[in-house]
Amino acid sequence: MMAPAVFLLLVWMLVPLSMTLFFSFKKYLPLRGGDLGWVGFENYIRFVTSSSFWPSVQATLTIVGGVLLITVVLGILLALLLDQPMWGQGVVRILVIAPFFVMPTVSALVWKNMFMDPVNGLLAHLWKFFGFAPYEWLSQASLFSVTLIVSWQWLPFATLILLTAIQSLDREQLEAAEIDGAPALAKFFHIILPHLGQAVTIVILIQTIFLLSIFAEIFVTTQGSFGTKTLTYLIFQRVLESQNVGLGSAGGVYAIILANIVAIFLMRIVGKNLDK
Amino acid sequence: MAHIVLEKVEKNFSGVTVIPPLDLEIEDGEFVVFVGPSGCGKSTLLRLIAGLEDVTDGTISINGKDSTSVPPAKRGLAMVFQSYALYPHMTVRKNIGFPLRMAKMDKSEQVRRVEQAAAVLNLTDYLDRRPSQLSGGQRQRVAIGRAIVREPAAFLFDEPLSNLDAALRVGMRLEISGLHKRLKTTMIYVTHDQVEAMTMADKIVVLHDGRIEQVGSPLELYRAPRNLFVAGFIGSPKMNFIEGTKAEKFGAHTIGIRSEHITPSPTEGLWKGQVGLSEHLGSDTFLHIQMEEHNDPITVRSGGDVDMHHGDTIYLTPDANYIYRFDDRGLRIT
Ligand SMILES: Nc1ncnc2c1ncn2[C@@H]1O[C@H](COP(=O)(O)OP(=O)(O)OP(=O)(O)O)[C@@H](O)[C@H]1O
Ligand SMILES: [Mg+2]
Repeated sequence: MMAPAVFLLLVWMLVPLSMTLFFSFKKYLPLRGGDLGWVGFENYIRFVTSSSFWPSVQATLTIVGGVLLITVVLGILLALLLDQPMWGQGVVRILVIAPFFVMPTVSALVWKNMFMDPVNGLLAHLWKFFGFAPYEWLSQASLFSVTLIVSWQWLPFATLILLTAIQSLDREQLEAAEIDGAPALAKFFHIILPHLGQAVTIVILIQTIFLLSIFAEIFVTTQGSFGTKTLTYLIFQRVLESQNVGLGSAGGVYAIILANIVAIFLMRIVGKNLDK
Repeated sequence: MAHIVLEKVEKNFSGVTVIPPLDLEIEDGEFVVFVGPSGCGKSTLLRLIAGLEDVTDGTISINGKDSTSVPPAKRGLAMVFQSYALYPHMTVRKNIGFPLRMAKMDKSEQVRRVEQAAAVLNLTDYLDRRPSQLSGGQRQRVAIGRAIVREPAAFLFDEPLSNLDAALRVGMRLEISGLHKRLKTTMIYVTHDQVEAMTMADKIVVLHDGRIEQVGSPLELYRAPRNLFVAGFIGSPKMNFIEGTKAEKFGAHTIGIRSEHITPSPTEGLWKGQVGLSEHLGSDTFLHIQMEEHNDPITVRSGGDVDMHHGDTIYLTPDANYIYRFDDRGLRIT
């Protein structure tokens, strides 16, 4: 009785996929003549040879890598902190998780206008208070700013998964290490961190899949300027700004391939970790 | 070597007293067993000695030095946990060597000690495996290995055998006793199994609700229990207790008699009863006898080939030299 479900799933996935493939081999300019016939691999070649292609791959990887690094490192630290017994634990945990429930568009707007605005932003006021010229975050350190905004959104997710992992650590192992004479740092590196290995891989896997397609944060803040044009954003520009559906679809196919390479790569790591 | 003295040691968990003030002295080289029913505070007491819990009040001194606020690593004690608490991502070699690595011991000395411990514990072939690839008994030995490499002043064991099957338990019991004979290091061993306590201990500490009921050698506790609790706890099968008029005849509130000190007879005796269940163990037979005007059946040991059946009338004669008399507060009258 699985058949209908599998069929539905296939249609669900295959229709958009085959339409993307279909358009990628066509010259299709909706506002400038519509369907202008088959062009073979021309769109594919044009997409990668365009001067914006490699910078966009680089921007994508920088943002994904940066966010992963920040969320995993800070996530582990926060999880360690939240694991300590403290007053108001429940409230603190909810506060830490809160950013995850803010829509990406909203959080990007908040960061752009409330924190990073060079005239009215809180950070600008802080800089002025200490006698520095306000920093123009989104133009002078655009890539870093976007990374920061996205990290802020994904930190709760990483923290939550890592916190559950820390809580599943057998307390007697830590006590044994204590008796064996391990200082706090050694306990962290020899006991806690290896225990977290699996959770860290899962965080990396899930986040990578979602981070490859971040869009709203860039659309709202820099609109792809100042070197923040990611692959997703480039495809968006090709389809909607240049009204070139064929070229955009070819980009989409590249993105699918890239995502799959990453996914296979990560599945392997997770598979290996889960075997243990 | 360790001589451990607990003075007025007390432990509360958020206001609930788990261990009321308690004094205990553990001599150098002794094998001491803490025994008692579940929840009586055996683990807590052991963890206080290890330093994993802070005492609420009182002092713990090790070798004459007040160690009450000394951190666990500095007390020179090694502990074997009930769950073994091996480090799952390290090989057996790394697990055993971990305390040495933490002590920043010379590399070649580390290797030598790990290999020596592995040889003693028959683990040489498993040094490169991970804990998940070992059997329960092997894991147990790794945990012991990790304790002995440090050459601690005393070993603390918290129910180390409770996760093993019966046959393996007997084997490990002998191994631990053998280890104690060879190393002559103080060992404190927690168990709720009185057979383990009887067979391994030089000195047994019977705990009940955090209080020490009696301290003594296994035979002392067996022969001269101080009160009803100890009498009932030490010995298998459990000592028979009889109250009421039968006890009053002996001038006591309760009398206790062990199963081996009662002679059954089909024809004559002091007490009359009916045979209930009988357990044939081959060498011995334990008869459960339902007495008139007494609710709990009485257990009687007799030879391997008795001819008694369910429902038969039977007469029992206790050996007067082995009747233990207890007053109404449960203390033994001597
Ligand atoms: N961390 C803790 N917080 C509060 N109460 C505790 C804590 N640890 C132990 N207790 C309580 O202290 C009492 C003694 O516990 P303990 O673990 O020492 O028992 P035990 O004699 O080792 O029992 P078992 O044979 O089941 O291991 C129990 O009633 C337990 O509920
Ligand atoms: Mg216990």
